[in-house]
Amino acid sequence: MKCAVIVFPGSNCDRDLAVAFEAATGAKPAMVWHRDTELPDGIDLIGVPGGFSYGDYLRSGAMAARSPVMQAVAKAADRGAYVLGVCNGFQVLTESGLLPGALLRNAGGHFICRDVALTVENAQSAFTSRFEAGETVTFPVAHHDGNYFADAQTLDRLEGEGRVALRYAESVNGSARDIAGILNEAGNVLGMMPHPERVIEAAHGKTDGRRLFEGLVEGLMARA
Amino acid sequence: MKARIFVTLKGGVLDPQGKAIHHALDGLGFDGVNDVRAGKLIELDLADGTSDDDIDAMCRKLLANTVIENYRIEKVA
Repeated sequence: MKCAVIVFPGSNCDRDLAVAFEAATGAKPAMVWHRDTELPDGIDLIGVPGGFSYGDYLRSGAMAARSPVMQAVAKAADRGAYVLGVCNGFQVLTESGLLPGALLRNAGGHFICRDVALTVENAQSAFTSRFEAGETVTFPVAHHDGNYFADAQTLDRLEGEGRVALRYAESVNGSARDIAGILNEAGNVLGMMPHPERVIEAAHGKTDGRRLFEGLVEGLMARA
Repeated sequence: MKARIFVTLKGGVLDPQGKAIHHALDGLGFDGVNDVRAGKLIELDLADGTSDDDIDAMCRKLLANTVIENYRIEKVA
């Protein structure tokens, strides 16, 4: 199983995501620099990490989305590789057009850094198969721009197609319909603001995030 | 040749920055400010002969996120 974590200048959750990937897959992920134009051949799983890529210049994720490596990520996603974007990674995925909508400044204007309760809306996806539909899990968030926005038509479509994977169970940042994480049409790309990689070990206080990574690995094994 | 690109949030898109500015103006005693919307001004110094299509493409591909923003191009002699 081949996995990779993309590293942009200003990424700061890349190593955490790599630890989570390694714990779940048993393989060390390739750390791929933003200027690289290729990912390892036959890549199965790609992480787009949190942080402040390019200092959030212009818009969060805007510069990273146009970096050379993202074309390779788009190509890999197109042929079915799993792509997980967390926090800034979610912003990068919307800016690159791999996911619809955009992430605006939090409605309250504040940076929010705390644990939040989430409802698993779709437990059928590769990312959520180890969860129960309707289950409440608690993941930490740490973001300034997590207020999900899309036009009403796009939101209706996301809801109708079961592409809202995770929803905030409480009011957090002003997100449209309390959306915390969405899937692409094919279901192999997930963008989410909360950080599953920060709750994978007992020492973290919670281990709910571990199931996301284990479910992904299970899905990949089933495919092989 | 220079061009100024004005990037503004679309109507209906929440602007917490604008709201904070509005509050600050209120705090300074400026009554009668009905609303504040904050945007960006990007100045481009371009090679002579850069086509309008190219400038427009720059806006669409990077300078503005048309999901949430509008842009207006002003060419400066």
